[in-house]
Amino acid sequence: MAVSRSFNRSLDASEILEPSPAALMRRRAFSHYGFIIGGGFLAFIVVIALAAPLIAPHDPYDQNLAQRLIPPIWQEKGSWEYPLGTDGYGRGYLSRTMYGAQVSLLIGLTVMLISGVIGTAMGIVAGYFGGRVDMIITFIITTRLAMPAILVALAVVALIGSSMTVVIWVLGLLIWDRFAVVMRSATQQIRNLDYIAAAEAAGCSTRRILLTEILPNVFNALIVVATLEVAHAVLLEAALSFLGLGVQPPTPSWGLMISEGKGHMFFKPWLIAIPGVSLFVMILCINLMGDGIRDVTAPENRN
Amino acid sequence: MLLYTVKRFGMALLVMLAVSVVTFTLMRLSGDPAAAMAGESATAEDIEYVRKHYGFDRPIPVQFWDWAAKALRGDFGMSIYLKQPVAQIIIDKAPVTMKLGGIALTFALVLSIPLGVLAAMRPNTLTDRSALTIAVIGQAFPSFFFALILIYIFGVALRWLPITGTDTWLHYVMPAVTLGYYATPAIMRLTRAGMIEVLGSDYIRTARAKGMLPGIVLFKHALRNAIIPVVSLSAVQLGFMLGGSIVIETIFSMHGIGRLAWQSIQRSDFEMMQAIVLTIACFYIVLTFLADVLNAFLDPRIRVH
Repeated sequence: MAVSRSFNRSLDASEILEPSPAALMRRRAFSHYGFIIGGGFLAFIVVIALAAPLIAPHDPYDQNLAQRLIPPIWQEKGSWEYPLGTDGYGRGYLSRTMYGAQVSLLIGLTVMLISGVIGTAMGIVAGYFGGRVDMIITFIITTRLAMPAILVALAVVALIGSSMTVVIWVLGLLIWDRFAVVMRSATQQIRNLDYIAAAEAAGCSTRRILLTEILPNVFNALIVVATLEVAHAVLLEAALSFLGLGVQPPTPSWGLMISEGKGHMFFKPWLIAIPGVSLFVMILCINLMGDGIRDVTAPENRN
Repeated sequence: MLLYTVKRFGMALLVMLAVSVVTFTLMRLSGDPAAAMAGESATAEDIEYVRKHYGFDRPIPVQFWDWAAKALRGDFGMSIYLKQPVAQIIIDKAPVTMKLGGIALTFALVLSIPLGVLAAMRPNTLTDRSALTIAVIGQAFPSFFFALILIYIFGVALRWLPITGTDTWLHYVMPAVTLGYYATPAIMRLTRAGMIEVLGSDYIRTARAKGMLPGIVLFKHALRNAIIPVVSLSAVQLGFMLGGSIVIETIFSMHGIGRLAWQSIQRSDFEMMQAIVLTIACFYIVLTFLADVLNAFLDPRIRVH
């Protein structure tokens, strides 16, 4: 009889507790291995980069010619004083690697901001207005895609002169294309939805519609592209520095360290292995985190 | 079909024009060609003389018009450094880069399409996850670091492959692998996505229900339809490889356009730089145009747009 009584009791809708969308997303985020690993390790790298002045054992610019080319700790001649060895000028590699993380992250983030502003503006405008504006902006994007970024960056930096500021501005003004393409298609997807029409009917100014209706709703796609473009910027800066037209010595940039070490590469492989692996780990983490954000915020876009 | 081709061709020409204008202006504004030509120990008078002699003091649109008129006749000027016609130098060095690009793309396709198909046949299993992991790892390596690793392992430690130059086909192996590896993740992901979508469709189920051999179903029906976006992507990736060939050719000392571009940049050889950027852009535009046309040919639905 107790059984039938519980069967007869009807369930009130308010008794069914469902997790809120935010909680659902949090659950997805913390069960996504790529996001956790990538994001966690990246947080670790960021902490090291920020804390470098405090925890680096030596000054990365401090040359000590008596201590040149000491191998890292896992080879016989290594010592704990220079756990990752020293380079050709006697500068501690551990310190240089830590400060190099600072340089990479700084350049990656600023380039992402500059190119993000340009690309997002172009993409949203193209997607919202359509028609001739869209045609013109698509033409500009196609033109930019036809010129290989690294070639143009090299040419311009060679002509102006290379420094961190020049590199940041040149790269920022060059790699906005993916932002523009993604934002354009994201805007097109929501352009014809009812709430945009409602905002227009209510008399909202175009600027207000773009900022308060469109931008928040394409934000998910924006975050994903922004994360992946940070990795792209870090790669480009490393390539430029490797070729000698990026950050100038003695600034500790990982690409520059690989370039400086490549002369000794065959007998002292740690000189290129350590900055190379650091670059690889940083870019891998950023990519994993970006893919994770995409899977978490829009699982239907997962292929 | 013809109208589509003509429209695309017109667009391609316009883009080429825009690219030349942009590069020309960019280079004229970023640096001083007269100072570059005059050399480092030139006095102000020398630089002024060079400027007047070569017409660098004219307004930029006039200079561009002059350059464009000559370029349409095939005269891309003289290399400041090598004192030879630019067009001839580029034609001499182009085959190396094209060979490199072709082999790199072939390597990328041979590696990524089977992987993508395999991953699509067993989604979310170990095979799939490993293939995706390879893709993710491939995107994270800087190309120059990968090149140095390959040189160290195969060139020095094992001594299987030569490190520099372009004499035999073996010289192309490491550069092509480095260049091609970067395109592999994108092509693999696209193949996998396309195959997963196609394999779930009705006509495949019909084919299997009819009793067709799995191999025929996979290749003749599924892959042929899934491969269409991959064609387009391959053309685009080949274009990117032309840009990436700068770094690779410099590391492996190959006498191609990429290394020529790098040397011209170092020597501030304006005419050469302008011509090379235009050449590479031209390749890219032609490749995307061909890819668009091929796409429309293979998939009639695209022509309707």
